[in-house]
Order: sequence, then C-alpha cells, then structure tokens
Amino acid sequence: MGTTVLERPAETSADGEERVFVTLTVADQLCGVPVQAVRDVLGEQVITRIPLAPPEIAGSLNLRGRIVTAIDLRRRLGLPDAPAGTQRMSVVAEQGSELYALLVDQVSEVLSLPADTFERNPPTLPPQWAAHSVGIHRLHDRLMVVLDVARVLALAQEG
Amino acid sequence: MDDLLVDFLTETNESLAELDLALVRLERTPDDAQTLSLIFRLVHTIKGTCGFLGLPRLEHVAHAGENVLVRVRDGVLAVTPDTISTVLFAIDRIKEIVAGLAATGNEPTGDDSALLAALDAVAEGRGAPAAATPPAAPPVTTPPVTAPPAPAPPAPAPPAPAPPAPAPGVPPVAAAPEPAPEPAEAGQAEAPVAGQTIRVGVDVLEGLMTLVSELVLTRNQLLQLARTQEDSAFSVPLQRLSHITSDLQEGVMKTRMQPIGNAWNKLPRLVRDLARELDKRIELVLHGADTELDRQVLELIKDPLTHMVRNSADHGLETPAERREASKPESGRITLNAFHEGGHIIIEVADDGRGLPVDRIRAKALSRGLATEAELAAMTDAQIHRFIFRAGFSTAAVVTAVSGRGVGMDVVKTNIERIGGTIDLKSAPGQGTTFLVKIPLTLAIVSALIVQAGRERFAIPQISVVELVRAAGSEGAAASDRTESRIEHINGTPVLRLRDRLLPLVNLAGLLRLERDAGAEETGQCIVVTQVGASMLGIIVDRVFDTEEIVVKPVAPILRHITMFSGNTILGDGSVIMILDPNGIARANGIAGSESRGTENAPRTAVAQSEQRTAMLLFRAGDTSPKAVPLALVARLEDIERDRIEISTGQPVVQYRGRLMPLVPLSGTLDTAKERQAVLVFNDIDRGLGRDRCMGLVVDEILDVVEERLRVELSGDRPGLLGTAVVAGRATDVIDTGYWLTQAAADWFCSGQKSGGVRPAKVLVVEDSDFFRNLLVPALAAEGYEVTACETATRALRLRDSGMMFDVVVSDIEMPEMDGLEFVRTLRAGGAWAELPMLALSGRVNHAEMAAGRSAGFTDYVGKFDRAALLASLRQCLGETAHAA
Repeated sequence: MGTTVLERPAETSADGEERVFVTLTVADQLCGVPVQAVRDVLGEQVITRIPLAPPEIAGSLNLRGRIVTAIDLRRRLGLPDAPAGTQRMSVVAEQGSELYALLVDQVSEVLSLPADTFERNPPTLPPQWAAHSVGIHRLHDRLMVVLDVARVLALAQEG
Repeated sequence: MDDLLVDFLTETNESLAELDLALVRLERTPDDAQTLSLIFRLVHTIKGTCGFLGLPRLEHVAHAGENVLVRVRDGVLAVTPDTISTVLFAIDRIKEIVAGLAATGNEPTGDDSALLAALDAVAEGRGAPAAATPPAAPPVTTPPVTAPPAPAPPAPAPPAPAPPAPAPGVPPVAAAPEPAPEPAEAGQAEAPVAGQTIRVGVDVLEGLMTLVSELVLTRNQLLQLARTQEDSAFSVPLQRLSHITSDLQEGVMKTRMQPIGNAWNKLPRLVRDLARELDKRIELVLHGADTELDRQVLELIKDPLTHMVRNSADHGLETPAERREASKPESGRITLNAFHEGGHIIIEVADDGRGLPVDRIRAKALSRGLATEAELAAMTDAQIHRFIFRAGFSTAAVVTAVSGRGVGMDVVKTNIERIGGTIDLKSAPGQGTTFLVKIPLTLAIVSALIVQAGRERFAIPQISVVELVRAAGSEGAAASDRTESRIEHINGTPVLRLRDRLLPLVNLAGLLRLERDAGAEETGQCIVVTQVGASMLGIIVDRVFDTEEIVVKPVAPILRHITMFSGNTILGDGSVIMILDPNGIARANGIAGSESRGTENAPRTAVAQSEQRTAMLLFRAGDTSPKAVPLALVARLEDIERDRIEISTGQPVVQYRGRLMPLVPLSGTLDTAKERQAVLVFNDIDRGLGRDRCMGLVVDEILDVVEERLRVELSGDRPGLLGTAVVAGRATDVIDTGYWLTQAAADWFCSGQKSGGVRPAKVLVVEDSDFFRNLLVPALAAEGYEVTACETATRALRLRDSGMMFDVVVSDIEMPEMDGLEFVRTLRAGGAWAELPMLALSGRVNHAEMAAGRSAGFTDYVGKFDRAALLASLRQCLGETAHAA
C-alpha cells in the first residue's frame, strides 16, 4: 500500500532562516507544505466516496486503522479534475486531532528553503489560490506556492 | 457492604493519605495557598459525602475540622503547629472512624465532644495555643501528640479502638503515639478496601478500548486473508490470536461495564425529596440494578432517567387524596426495571399514576399548531401520547420547580437517540404510564447490516432493522402475484405492500444521490425494514451482505452536517464504510409517527352465518374440544422452548425477533412442565408508518388447517370465545382474538375516545356475510361510531331513499343481487349519498381489485380481516371530510 514514512530532515537554523517543505504538484503547479504539518505521504489509495459530502471531499480512506478524510486539492483550488485513471498521491495532515489526506497529483522531494526567497502572495493571485496560500517561494527554476494547510482544511467552517 | 459505602471508603482513604501529606507540607510553608485550598477541598468533600451517606460522627468531626481550615484560609488564623496538630488530630479521628466503617460497615460509636470543642476553640482563636501543651514531637513526621487545647484536662488517653466505645468517662482526645495493635487493626481494615480496586483514569480505559477495537479490526483483516489460503502455517496461531483478541476485547469491555444501579444511586434520595416537596407518598422500586452496561452509556442515560423519574413523580403520580378517591393505595409507586435483551438494555420507568392526560395533550398540540383538529381526531391515544416527545411540549398546567419547564421529554428522547437508543411509552388512564427505553450495551462496538446501494456499501445498525424483504425486480413484477413482495409506485413514490399494509420506502441510492445500479433494479432489490421511533420505513438497497460487528467511529467534523450518517467504520477487509442513521433518513423524508389502532369489545349475541369458505386453524387448549381461529388473523405459528419463556412484570414473555412478545395462555395458566409451547403469533401492525407489535397465544397443540363454510353460533357468556361452529364435523369453539389481544397488553386496544362534543360519526355497513357483519358492527360501535348494518345493497338503497343519512359507507364487494362495485356506481350516480366517502371491504386485496374498486368510486379499499386498517381508513375519510367542511 505505497505508504512511505517520511524522513524528516533536521530543522535547520533556530533563527528561522531556512524552512523545510514537502513539495507537491497539482495541475502542474509546484506547491509546498511545511514539513511540520505533514504526518504521512501516501500513494494511490482505495477511497470510499461519501455521498452528499461537499464536492471537495473525495471520500475517506483507512490509514492503519484510522479513518482519514480525503480532500481533493484540485477541487479545493477550483482546478479541473484530474484526468480519469491518473494515479494520485496524498499528503496526510492533522487538524484538531483529525487526520486529513490532501489528494495531489504528485508528491516530490523535501526542500529546505531560505527565508529570503519567500514573498507574500502577489495581489493578482486568483482568489481560490490566494485564500489557501500564505505566499510564494522563488526557487531558481520555478515558483512554489506555500499552502496554508489550516485554511485548506477549514472546510467545516465554510460549509 | 453497600457499593456506595465502598466507593466512599476507597475515596476517603485516598483523600486522607493526601491530607496527611498536605497538612505537613502546609506546616512547613504556611503561605502556600495552593496546598491550603487542596486541604480545604479534601476535608470539605469528606464532610459533604458523609453527610450524604448519613454518617453523623464523621460529619461532625469533618465539619469542625473544616471550620478551622476556613479560618486559616480566610487569614483569621495563622498556620501554627498547634493549629495543624489539632487538624491532624481531627484527621486521625476520621481515620479511626473510617477504619471502623470499613470493618463493620457501620460508624463506630464514640464520643467526639472533647475533640470538637478543641477544634472549635482553635477555630475561634481563643486560647488554643496557650492551653495546648506544646507538641512533644516535631509534628512533621509523626502524628502529633497534642493535648486538647480547651476544656478537658490534658490527659493523653489511649486511642479509641475502632468499633467499640471508648473507655467511659475519659474522653478519647488524643491520638497518642499509637500502640502497636491499633495501626495493625486499622491497616487490616483499610487494606481490603484499598487493595481490591485500582482507580484508573477513564482516558486510560478509553485508550485501551480504542486499541482493542483496532486489534479486532486487524484480526478481522487477517482472518479474511487467511480464508483465501488453505492450509497456511499461519492458520493455527491465527486462530489462537483470534480467540485471545476476543477474550481481550471482552475483558476490556468488562472494565468499562458498570451496574446500572450506579446511575440509580441518587434516585432514592431524589424521590424522597420530591415526595416531601410535592406532598405525595412515593415508593421507589428498583429491579435489575446489577444489570451492567458501558460506563459511557451509563453516563449518558443518567440525566434522562432522572428526568423521567422526576416526571413520573410530578406529573404521573396523584396526591394521596386523589389516589384514595380512585381507590388506589395512597402511596404511589415508581418502578425502574432494567434487563438485557439481545445486545441491548431495556429500561422501564413505570408509575401507577393517573396516566397521560390525552385531552390536555390534544388541546396543547392543537394550540401549538402541531396538528389540526381533524388530524387529532383521527389519532389514537397512543399517537397523541407521543406528542410529549415533541420539542417544547409540556402539559403541566403549573410550572413546578420539579418539572414542567418545557424542556422535557423531547430532550430525553434526543439524548437517548443520540446514543442509538429508542424510547416509547404506553399509558392507560388511571393505571399509569410506562416509558420503555432501549439502549445499546456499548457505543463502541455495534452489530450492523452491510448493504450495497449504487455500488457503494453502507452499514445499518442492527438495532433499527426489523426485517429484510426481498422485492421482485421490474421484470418479475408482472408475473409475481402474492408470492413475492413487489415495489409499487404512487406518483413516483415507492411503497411496499407488507402483510397488507403499505410501507413507505426510500431508495437509498436516490436518497444519497448515487448512480443507480440498473442491473440490480432489474434483478430485484432488498428492502431493509427499519423502525424509527414508532414509524416504519423501508430502505431500498441493491444488495444485502452480512452482519458484522463494527467499531463506530465518529465522522470527521467537516461531514457532521450530513445527518444521514451516524459514523463510519473500517470493515474486516480494510475498507472504510459509512454507517447510516435511520433516524436521519426518516427525518430527511419527513416521516413522523402515525398509526392506528382498533378496538374490540364486541358484545357477542345473535346468530351469524357465512356462506364464504374461511380457512380456520384448529388447535387444542385447556380441554379436549378443538378450538378454531380464522387463519388469516394468525401471523405465524411458533414452537417455543420452555427455557426461552421469561417473566416480565408478572407476565410470561418471550424474546421474539428482537422484541419482547407477551404470551397469553389460552387455558389461563402456563403449563411449565411442557418442554415446548405451541404459540399462535398475532401481529398488530399498524398501517404504513405504524408500529408492529405481536402477542403470542399459548395453546396446547396445533391440530390442522381446514377450509369451511362457517356457521358460528355466537354466544356472549364466555369471554374470549366468539361462539361455536361446526368445523370438520365437530363442534368447535371459535376464539375471539380481540379479547386475547387485550389480555396481552392493557393498552393494545385503547378505547377510542372521540373528541368531546362531536356527535358520533354514522357508519353504514353493507355486508352479506353475517359472520363478518357481526364482527364489524360491535368493533365499530366500540370505537364510538354509530353503526347501521344491511345485508344487501338493495336494502341500503332503500335506506337512502327513505332519507337516512350517514357519514361513511363501508361495503363488501362480493354480494348477491348487487355487488359492491355496482352499488357504489349507483350511489355515485346521484342521490343524497353521492358525495359520501365509501370504503370497500374485500377478502381479496390485490392490485387489480383495488384499481377496479377505485375506478368504480370507492374512496379506499381495505382487506376484510384488517380491522386496524379499516379503522385507520375510516378515520382518514372522516377526517378529510371534516377538514373539507
């Protein structure tokens, strides 16, 4: 069941100069989630659909005996659904002692990034994105959106 | 020893040990406010608890000690070794008394006046330090040797031996360095109390429970895997693992089990206080206090139970004067009865009071706009009783301090439903009210039925499943007639004919907006008949798998708003599935309780004869002569082992299809010598949403089923018998089922009470069979209708022409001369009766017949033996016309 336990790189610098992110892609956009927020990374999972649930909720899955609610990040960010048959991965995060799995296209490496490449969201960012990200990290070849996990998971308050 | 006392001792011993340490600490650091407040709280708790338990000696000592501590806390008294010593001395005395309590279960006698005086003196700050001999030993480590500060001369006496009284004349004032035997004795007395139980935090148990639940799931997964491989080397150890897991699960469950008596502890006191407050005499009877259930459930039912007892005392029971008038014993009785039934606990809260005030509830329901007058008129008493479960419904004329504040039974009901339980009530005027609460043993693991709809699987808690019905698919619908149930539609709404009643259905796939599985719809679906409160609802699913023990887990907060689900779980195969909440489904479909009930007090006179052949069940009971009952009235025949018969409230009952079925021996007494009892099961299923009750009539032997033209000689002198008929060449007693049903439950057939001032509705019965006419007329008359009967349609038409008027016409279909269809066409064609509601009665109820009846002009179509359906239909017709007018 493609579960990989993450090796967390030691958090560097008490002064906050470097931050560690788990990077992931959703609809070809590189995003990052602070490594502290990530509990697990999962491969393709069997997901039980939950009838009548909001469309962002993909369903629930069994993570070693715990029931985890899966949230489709594409739908959460207002992106088109993934093409049928694509294998998707998830990043498990905890919110209020509940586990949630963020369904993404691909989880890639863990990056340690210096604070000085971070910028606030540009004001022109589409609202769906602006609402769920804290800012952007400039990597040398591309940009990484830093997701605000709490707000991505804050479905309950909205609904 | 009383459980309460044991708990108190355990707790007090712990507190005392803590107190010793804290007092010593306080002496060292007199300014430590935290320690001081801890001491204060501990002493206060001891005082409070022993006051509650009626331990005056302990209470006095603790109280005096507390007085000193109050002063210290308020800064009036300084913390000096003397003060502390005096308090410690009081603590020692408390220990002695507690040791005595533990040894004998009673408070040892003894005189504490000197100690109390000393404590008071310290508290008042007078002379205590001066009069006191300075402590001889440093009070830090050893119990201080203190002379009494005030009146008594400083005479260190030997400490009072625990149980017997101290030496006369010498007040035992000081706990001198204890002589050897004393602590030994005290130690022995404390040891059993302290050693037998360990207090474990609830969170530890909860954690264990979660772990075990996970273990069970993992075990199930392993077993599932092992099933696919034969002869695996793992199978033997796996088997063992499986057993150990089961034992472990049971053991952990046991740690969470507590006798329900724990929730009842406070009731005697409550009832006593209520009796004084309300000026009533109340006797509280508790049965089954040792019935165990999960502590979590226990906690959750405490409040509802207390509330129900309060209600019974306040509203249910009458004052002694009223009871005398009603020639009842002056003292009212509230009975709590708890017992296990299947995986559930049944708790009955019964009073022998005045019963629910139907008229007041009706008036209140009307004024609250919960129902229209017409609807109310059509309701049975039992339906009206259930209004008390509606929100904000309180009928107490005066809001008393005790109850009647409008937060009442609805809260009770909600709380009970929240833990997956159900509540129902029965009430008879003048006889009292009984609430029936059914709750699961534990919330953690429930038995659930796994079903599939729209390619998804769901679990339905077994508690709400009544039965499973297989419905024919759309293909087989035409061919199937009576053999298989089939789903019919009224304007697109599915319904099912279940034993001649209409059961409302919901399609699970449709309800949950899933893609329908067309294949399943063609090949046939299953209907899970569920009971929600008093209502029945059929849930259409595509497939039914199996029952599984599931561990209920709450759904994620972001899904809580979906009321269809009560939780989710992981199945043995590792997949996650949602648990359906039948309550939520019923609410989503706007289903409220509704039912109908018949009355049977038929005066038995005259001769009746029937030309129709009727299938009769022949049996023997009491004597050798055969007895008969129309087969159509019997729901099932059962053979019940003697061991399964239990006694509840003085009546034999048997657990039958997940419910309690009252048994009534036809011969009057139950023959306990017999290994097995033949039982005729009668069902009282109310139309559609109503409830489903059953009663078992115990007979000696079932003989045969014969089809005969019935000639019944009706006789009124023998209760329970309709009369005599010649069946299979022998004189046979035909029993009156209505009579026996009323024997089973006083409330089975509540006498129909029409709302006051309304003239009785006039019913014309047209029926050629004397047998049925004679069954119908008294039944309707007893319901409060004014009944006129005719043998033929032509006679009925003559009545019309003579200018008689009725409110409703009930007619048979198959009749000589003019049949029912022609009769109704004639009436509808014109004349004074053209607009009357008309009900068709027929022995054959099927689709084609019904359609023909309706197209001819009948308002409704009812089966002949279906008394309840007829009454419901009558009420509906009359209610509708009243509404229209």
